[in-house]
Amino acid sequence: MRRQGFHGFVAAATTAALMLAACGGSGGGSEGSEDSTQTTSGGSEDQELGGKLVISNWDAYMPKNLIPSFEKKTGVDVEVAVHTTNEDIMGKIQAQSGSGFDLVFVSGQFVEPLVQQGWAAEVDPSQIANLENLYPEASELGYDPGNSHSVPYTWGTTGLCYRTDLVNAEPTSWDVFHDPPAELDGKMTMLGTDRWLLQPALLAEGASINSTDPQIIEEAASWTVEAKQNLLGFDDTTFYSKLVSGEASLVQAWDGWCNYGIAEDKNIEFVIPQEGSDVWTDTMVILESSQNKAAAHAFIDHVLEPKNGKAVAELVLYKVPNQPAMEKLDGKLVEQYPNLGIEPAELLQQEPVKEIGGDGLQLWSDAVAQVKGG
Amino acid sequence: MSSFKRFIPRAVLVGPGMGYWIVFFLAPIGLLLAYSFLERGPFGGVIAEFTWGNYPRLFDPLYLKVLLTSVRIALVATSIALLLGYPAAYFIANASKRWRVPLLFLVILPFWTSFLIRTYAWMVLLSPVGLINKALIGIGLIDDPLPLLYNELAIVIGLVYAYIPLMILPLFASLERLGGELREASADLFASPFESFRTITLPLTLPGIVAGCIFVFVPSLGNFIIPDLLGGGRKVMIGNLIQQQFLQARDWPFGAVLAIAVVVLMLLLLGVQAQVLRREQATES
Repeated sequence: MRRQGFHGFVAAATTAALMLAACGGSGGGSEGSEDSTQTTSGGSEDQELGGKLVISNWDAYMPKNLIPSFEKKTGVDVEVAVHTTNEDIMGKIQAQSGSGFDLVFVSGQFVEPLVQQGWAAEVDPSQIANLENLYPEASELGYDPGNSHSVPYTWGTTGLCYRTDLVNAEPTSWDVFHDPPAELDGKMTMLGTDRWLLQPALLAEGASINSTDPQIIEEAASWTVEAKQNLLGFDDTTFYSKLVSGEASLVQAWDGWCNYGIAEDKNIEFVIPQEGSDVWTDTMVILESSQNKAAAHAFIDHVLEPKNGKAVAELVLYKVPNQPAMEKLDGKLVEQYPNLGIEPAELLQQEPVKEIGGDGLQLWSDAVAQVKGG
Repeated sequence: MSSFKRFIPRAVLVGPGMGYWIVFFLAPIGLLLAYSFLERGPFGGVIAEFTWGNYPRLFDPLYLKVLLTSVRIALVATSIALLLGYPAAYFIANASKRWRVPLLFLVILPFWTSFLIRTYAWMVLLSPVGLINKALIGIGLIDDPLPLLYNELAIVIGLVYAYIPLMILPLFASLERLGGELREASADLFASPFESFRTITLPLTLPGIVAGCIFVFVPSLGNFIIPDLLGGGRKVMIGNLIQQQFLQARDWPFGAVLAIAVVVLMLLLLGVQAQVLRREQATES
């Protein structure tokens, strides 16, 4: 789950600060677009599509070569815009009544509203031969069954990321935030983003992570207010460096981000608690307003090529829903970052993060205010 | 001379600044005000349907509590900034001319780097495994790290640090204008230094004090980075709520209501400031 436009093996908090500061001003990262014109004349082997394609994605979320190699292959001139959050890109699309981009990267829970608004184009499978590379499970995700309007780019889950050398026993339950063992008191962080803030409570209570039942949300809010007393704080961006420095011993973390901690300290491990968790997906959606849908389909096809999927996984250390790509991954990498090896079947057992609209959203934001203000 | 002839140079001089102010200051506030009376759009933004309904939420105890917490934290930060800033401004104002400029330069020096980076630097200093705790443990003063980070103390430290230059500068201005003559005169008349300070310096620098306090209080109230990073997100201030409404809850109208609440609070404060200045002028004349 991508939140800010940065990631990487950032241990020092100050480095994180530099990057945070930079993410405001970093315009399009369309490296390589300058050589697109000459490569078109150079001729390409398969398709010759041409035209322009405007993509919006989180910063540093694509391998460097992904765009240039696509431009070379198809003669399409790609412009990459950067958004920092889902809400950011949704706002931009809304401001232009559904236009302005040909293809956007959004998290799964935002696909449904894009479809409802009539902004998402239907995916034409006949134009994406590489769709067959997707795991069968990747078309069974609740937010868009059958991938009719979106194609998954990366996926993963949320769990507990902890220092084995600083806990007495392996944590197994989300309850750890509410009733921590003595050694973890004040040494834990939880995610502060709305949708993940209440997740431990909801999961610990056996409720849906997409619940909009006022009573359940209220209970979850009280649970989280109580859990807050045991926390070091809420943290969405530097929790893994807090583990590395030893400030925190256990954090609620997205699997891929836990890997950034593991990269620094071999004592860090990731576990999905027994109550289960969420399955999040970042997807590619073609907008209905696109004038170059053929190029957008070709781009998705390009991303789904095994070697490109592999490059994505290696860069961001998230799982990709691309079977041959995952099979091509170096075994050592999976050994170093075991959560890369979580099987699709296990991911599918988790509950997909779905859109909660309208009144539900207000219910959640009141609950968040109650937790943070309490 | 016709009034038109006088109008042109005035328009040329004042016009650009006025224009800038209207476009970039008044217009956004007008927009916020308009948003606060509209229905929210499904993904942020607004739908053009009038409603009063966003305002009652402001008086929900949930949000009132956050507003009060914010005011309290901002007040504490302002008071500390005043207590630390006044002697500093006094010292600079009374330093020799040669030193004044370098000293003022030091005061504004932090503004040269990104606010965010300076805030992260405080995390490095205050963290349980940070420099301060390591040093204190190293020299054997304490055994366990002090809880300096992720609490209200850290927020106050961050706010005082961030905004103390805005306290020192107006104080310096009013202290420098005051000069030393009145103090000397009162000393000649056998007033003790404390008496001189209480009856002369303090009242005459009151406008500077009020200005400095407002300059510190207002941005402290609206800050959301410091509570998030140094407070560890455990305490929210009104700025965080506004940010959350716009960026996560996709409820721009309610975010606008909260922002308007802050603007109203600021206007009240400026009213107080105007009152103080008027009284000051009345006593002078």
